[in-house]
Amino acid sequence: MSQPTVPPVESGPPAASTPGSNDASVAEPRWHGVMREIVGGSAMISVLAVVLAMLAGGILIALTDDKVTAAAGYFFARPGDLIKAVWDSVSGAYTSLFQGAVYNFRRPGFIAGIKPLTETLTFATPLIAAGLGVGLAFRVGLFNIGGRGQMLIAAACAGWVSWSFELPYGLHLILAVAAGIIGGAVWGGIVGLLKARTGAHEVIVTIMLNFVALYLISFMLKTPGLLQAPGSNNPKTPAALPTAVFPDLLGPQFNLHWGFIFVIAATVYVWYLLNRSNLGFQFRAVGENPNAARVAGISVNKMYIYAMLLSGGLVGLAGVAQVLGTVTTGFSSGIDAGIGFDAITVALLGRSKPWGIFFAGILFGAFKAGGFAMQASEGIPIDIVVVIQSLIVLFIAAPPLVRAVFHLPKPSGVRLRRPRTQTAAVTK
Amino acid sequence: MKLELRGITKRFGALTANDHIDLTIEPGEIHCLLGENGAGKSTLMNVLYGLYKAEEGDILLDDVVQHFAGPGDAMAAGIGMVHQHFMLIPVFTVAENVMLGHEQTNAAGVLDLGAAREKVREISERFGFHVDPDALVDDLPVGVQQRVEIIKALSRDAKVLVFDEPTAVLTPQETDELMVIMRQLKAAGTSIVFITHKLREVREVADRITVIRLGKVVGEASPTATNAELASLMVGRAVELTVHKDPATPGADAFVVSNLSVVDPHGQLVVNDVSFDVRAGEILAIAGVQGNGQTELTEAIMGLQQRVRGEITLDGKSIRGLSVKQVLAAGIGFVPEDRKEDGLVGEFTIAENLMLDRSDGPPFVKAGTLQLNYLKEFAEQKSKEFDVRSQGITTPVGRLSGGNQQKVVLARELSRELRLFMAAQPTRGIDVGSIEFVHKRIVATRDSGIPVIVVSTELDEVVALADRIAVMYRGTIVGIVPGDTPRDVLGLMMAGEVPDSVTSPPEGAAA
Repeated sequence: MSQPTVPPVESGPPAASTPGSNDASVAEPRWHGVMREIVGGSAMISVLAVVLAMLAGGILIALTDDKVTAAAGYFFARPGDLIKAVWDSVSGAYTSLFQGAVYNFRRPGFIAGIKPLTETLTFATPLIAAGLGVGLAFRVGLFNIGGRGQMLIAAACAGWVSWSFELPYGLHLILAVAAGIIGGAVWGGIVGLLKARTGAHEVIVTIMLNFVALYLISFMLKTPGLLQAPGSNNPKTPAALPTAVFPDLLGPQFNLHWGFIFVIAATVYVWYLLNRSNLGFQFRAVGENPNAARVAGISVNKMYIYAMLLSGGLVGLAGVAQVLGTVTTGFSSGIDAGIGFDAITVALLGRSKPWGIFFAGILFGAFKAGGFAMQASEGIPIDIVVVIQSLIVLFIAAPPLVRAVFHLPKPSGVRLRRPRTQTAAVTK
Repeated sequence: MKLELRGITKRFGALTANDHIDLTIEPGEIHCLLGENGAGKSTLMNVLYGLYKAEEGDILLDDVVQHFAGPGDAMAAGIGMVHQHFMLIPVFTVAENVMLGHEQTNAAGVLDLGAAREKVREISERFGFHVDPDALVDDLPVGVQQRVEIIKALSRDAKVLVFDEPTAVLTPQETDELMVIMRQLKAAGTSIVFITHKLREVREVADRITVIRLGKVVGEASPTATNAELASLMVGRAVELTVHKDPATPGADAFVVSNLSVVDPHGQLVVNDVSFDVRAGEILAIAGVQGNGQTELTEAIMGLQQRVRGEITLDGKSIRGLSVKQVLAAGIGFVPEDRKEDGLVGEFTIAENLMLDRSDGPPFVKAGTLQLNYLKEFAEQKSKEFDVRSQGITTPVGRLSGGNQQKVVLARELSRELRLFMAAQPTRGIDVGSIEFVHKRIVATRDSGIPVIVVSTELDEVVALADRIAVMYRGTIVGIVPGDTPRDVLGLMMAGEVPDSVTSPPEGAAA
């Protein structure tokens, strides 16, 4: 035996007994702590991050506007022009964003006016589902960035069922949805299994499985008899049979479909799972402190597998919503539409809480719906919306920055990390 | 050098860790800073060392106000710190560690290891440290590693040395040697701040004692004060230092470990052919310096170690190779030594932590659903019974003091049907008041006829609780001796020696 190598871990200065002084993980203590801080921030931080990002977006909109640039050229002669140009540009942009996402006053009648809101909810449907999946994984301490792969596999499974069988209304839809969710769950479950059995890091594995799924689906889309529509040379699938498509929720004049109801149900389910079920209790215990969970007899590896199965299944639901709700006329390998990655943002903004994710998903749906309107009516590139979304993540990942900008107090207590290894322990 | 702290105030959010602390350390004195864990000693020293910035107050060296922006400034001003957890790089030699951060190079820009070696040799000789500059730190015993830390500080011409809980990792003998070193340093004119919560050491070496409680200086004491006086100053009330316990009435062998060996994930044999038994209604204390295989032994019993050989039986049934869940179900209550890391989920509430190892079935879970009403009732009752002081059962456990956290762990483990209770370092880092409580509960558990194992590195605790004592050294049990074995004998055994007076113990010896 070597020299005694484990120092006694004593409670240190008083600060160490204040909140958050536990950092926990078997393998990656530092990363784990940082992730928990990002994921566990307060609701206030989320709201302020959105506000800050919109402000920064406004500056960008103003800077890229030709009229603003022109007015800036003679700023000293007529400064009022510049201010007016900036105001017109920014307010115009955000007004059109609102009109594209919530309610359009310019259209006659309530039905036409409210249509943008239903578009928002349609865009939000897959975002919420995938966000729930990513958020659930976050709560178990896992970073599922394999949303793309899980969505593609789910879409392929659901799609295949949707055009391959002739079944009655209702049953066909349920089977197609189930096939998609199972497909996503399997694709996620592989990650959980690999992590549990071999200790492979889920980030690496999910990224790699994204590529595997993408090229697998691309191959199948080009191969007659697999996913390619018969009699076509395009890498595109057949259309879903009407029996398998999500019915319209509010009538044919709106695009909003029953997938949204599924997503509400999923939100309720995840809420129950995390807050009221013993599986969720064990999930959270593993997510917060895998060591303590292990000592308490909870099988950490099993939880990783279950969590990735469920996470993949929820992300799969997003893929299902795409192929059975949004793009029912046959899809290509771009069907995931980046939702797998947006879901990470949604989960972060929603602080990994089911209802938080629900509303974050709707906000991002609004950005998508409104972004198109903004581009169409004001000529502002839709990229601005992506910038705003990215800034939101940035601000959420940097709570100290947001706190500093708004002069918020620090959460009480300092975090003193206390590494478990001996000599490198720099704790004081 | 004279060090003076004037009105130091340090706050963390709402918590005032140091409240207008005044402290003067005269040249060449050993000044003890005595206080419970969490009293603010370490915070104060971190302010002194430039790691924290105080909200108010001044630091004066020889009556000159200092402004330390970081440890670098403090070191340059002549303040050295010997941390509780050594800040050494294990794969470097002593000389390399000593020059780390102050590397001297020769004209060609190559590290001047010779000079560092010479410095180590010179300081080592001056104080009789016997440290080889070319030894790898990893190969050195803990006591010697600590000397390397001292050499590191002295090599930067420290005039004031701060020792932060230096004896926590030492054997009693190494502690005695450290005391000698401290006296030598004092004789050479170095001022020493000695932080501790162990009363005996204080009285042995201190010139003056300052007691800190809840961030404030509550008084000065002279080294002639009794333990009881110092303890009551520290805690703020009279404390019972000894545990009242009746003689044990042991029953049959309940828990038997035979020829147990554990190989850790690094391939080291950390527990080597260990055998002992615990009878119903007795406390077996496993003593030893930290890191001699006790942790791995308890983990092996709990099913937390992968590579275990030998046999473990509880009431005649083998529990080796069972999963943690099965071991818990077999009726073993376990208090892990690192409660924050292994015993509790800091972000979980008190109530949630109370059901942590029973999240699989009744009474807390029915049909996969948490029984929140029952949990609330249970948590409120247990909080009361175990005197957990909090704002309510929904308080996150991470916000409780160490003592209250430990009470939560105890409440959880002791409210199941137990056939064996095993507590590792049950009072580490908790306040004196809670220690009293924890000890009483452990003795009460024994008296209810349950076999109890207490793993502790604190000799005081071992002597106070044990009916029999097994001493571990380098993965083996040196011997199993009666509970009334003198401390010096135990001390020798903790260093691996078997005194002549300890022959093969009457029962429970290595089979």
